[in-house]
Amino acid sequence: MRAAPLAALPAAFLLSAGPAAADAPSPTIGTAGTSFLTATTVEPDRPVRVSASTGDHLYWSFAAAAGQTGRITVTVALPPPTNRHGAATYTADIFDGLRRRQACTAGPQNATANTGATSVKLRCTLRQVRAWAEPWSDDPLPGTYYLRLSASDLPEQDLGLPIRVDVRITTKDGAAQPAGAKLEAPLSPAVNPGATLAPDAAPPASPSAVSSAPKPADRVKGWFSWPSSRWWWTLGGGVLAAVAAVAGYSLTRRPHHWL
Amino acid sequence: MITKRCLAGGVLLVILAVLAPPGAPPVSADDGGSTEPPKVELVLDVSGSMRARDIDGNSRMAAAQQALNEVVDALPAETQLGIRVLGSQYRFPGSPKTVGCRDTRQLAPVGPMNKVEAKTAIATLRPTGWTPIGLALRAAARDLGTGETTRRIVLITDGEDTCSPPDPCDVARELAAQGTHLVVDTLGLTLDDKVRRQLTCIADATGGTYTAVQHQQELTGRLNQLVQRAGATYKQTPRQVAGAAQCANAPVLTPGVYTDRERFSEHRWYRVQVAPGQELRASISIALDRQLNPDHGVLLRAVSPGGQELVRGTDAGSGRTDVLSTGLRWPDQRPETDASPAPDGESAAKPVCLVVSNSFSAPAHVRTAPGMPLELTVDLVPSSDAPGGPDLGRGWLLLVVLTGTGLGAGLVIGWLARWRAAGREN
Repeated sequence: MRAAPLAALPAAFLLSAGPAAADAPSPTIGTAGTSFLTATTVEPDRPVRVSASTGDHLYWSFAAAAGQTGRITVTVALPPPTNRHGAATYTADIFDGLRRRQACTAGPQNATANTGATSVKLRCTLRQVRAWAEPWSDDPLPGTYYLRLSASDLPEQDLGLPIRVDVRITTKDGAAQPAGAKLEAPLSPAVNPGATLAPDAAPPASPSAVSSAPKPADRVKGWFSWPSSRWWWTLGGGVLAAVAAVAGYSLTRRPHHWL
Repeated sequence: MITKRCLAGGVLLVILAVLAPPGAPPVSADDGGSTEPPKVELVLDVSGSMRARDIDGNSRMAAAQQALNEVVDALPAETQLGIRVLGSQYRFPGSPKTVGCRDTRQLAPVGPMNKVEAKTAIATLRPTGWTPIGLALRAAARDLGTGETTRRIVLITDGEDTCSPPDPCDVARELAAQGTHLVVDTLGLTLDDKVRRQLTCIADATGGTYTAVQHQQELTGRLNQLVQRAGATYKQTPRQVAGAAQCANAPVLTPGVYTDRERFSEHRWYRVQVAPGQELRASISIALDRQLNPDHGVLLRAVSPGGQELVRGTDAGSGRTDVLSTGLRWPDQRPETDASPAPDGESAAKPVCLVVSNSFSAPAHVRTAPGMPLELTVDLVPSSDAPGGPDLGRGWLLLVVLTGTGLGAGLVIGWLARWRAAGREN
């Protein structure tokens, strides 16, 4: 009977992954937010195509789990060169759930388009998400990530012209470091309006916010974390030790006693 | 047996599928308990200059009318849309400035829209008068009323304000500072420098966007996009709070999002009650809503009530951006005592102070009041213990060590057995 719940788990996980997993060609997302709070949630691998104006600051958010490495590709189709007055620099900034700036290990996360260019392409590979980090560090942790696309430098006359933005967010799975560690709550910030308390009042019974930015789905794992290669190494080591022990014992039992 | 197992599996699958939350729920799906509909007001300039025929061969007025009609047709059911016009009654030039500059009227009130009436009213508009943008913005803010959710004004104009003072940008900043969660998006029907500067100033002051329109399709598409965006994002509204000048009398915050204003070089303090075993997470964004000197920074610190710094988050930037943000985590590592919580409801939670400061500066002519918009999120979660070492090993060295140990153990046991056997023989 034990097989039944085990078989059901991945199936339920697939179902709950939503429309992205159900429809083979995942539909394009056509919106972008204009602030951290209003960022449009993007499931990894779903394409995004948005019309916007030069000078807009566009926000998207996505969830990343421990061990994943996020990769972001942004293509900005620029307004016709005849309407532009000079070079423009576009920048993709990535923030974690606490709005802390995240580094790109490979880029370029900003690029300058000259007057004649028709499009500009940005890329960012994030650091691998860690399973746990010191609270005082800004290492990437499971939770929400924000992508902000902005024109960080452009001639003032060129504001407001039409652009088209394509975004692609992908994640690559890997083994989470440090092994065996766990973050109790993902870095997905509260998005509900807050409430102030009287100075001497007791804090509310359920302290965590009701609603929050997108959280990563827990990656389904067995009870013994079988994907962990440490099990294979340790078991292999045990077998080798047993064989070596038998070999060592039998060496001392040889008739000519050379040991 | 097999059918039974399949049945059990199927039932479990259905239950799990129902219970399991979607992988990444969209933020807008949250039911924040608010039942207010999204509210948008379109403010259309009907001044004399709208006669110019430079949008795909049509007059600006005709283009705007067509775009408005299409927005009314495509209006989402729950969105309440109002339409206000400015400069529709008194001719410019020809009528005195005193009347021309009070010329704004509501074409359709903010509420469930009668599409036929609205379209008829739109069709009667003719380019006429003055351009009192500041006045129209104030009136539009009044039309939208106050409430818990974000309201949007979409301003469509082709000319700069001919009636200032009040300067429309100052009006926008003043409206934004009133804490009514107002966003003004602007659409310019011309590429004129003065118009662009005025409209970008209005948009920046309220966290809105600016678009320069040259074609009918752009105007319709953008207008629809802005109305849809209003419907999708209006619930994400922070709570207004006023930080104090020192920790002792700072407001006590619970998890959620807050908004405040901070002037240049000002420090604003807040307090959060953190219980043992909890982790405080806080982040801030300061919006650059006016012309500033190029280099700037923000600093968020968590400080104990005694004044000891616990942790800080900082970010700095240079050049054009919308917000500067940073965040911090701080765990309360006091052991969770069993003797707490005391019977009289006194909790073991201790206050932690958060202080926000900035290093912005502006050219001399830029006003420093009201302060810049500050957004603050606070969350309290269970703190995470530092992981112990992994229980299992990995790598070639591990294999060598284990094999060596096994070999050594085998040899020792073998010798012991030989020694015992030899002793018995003697």
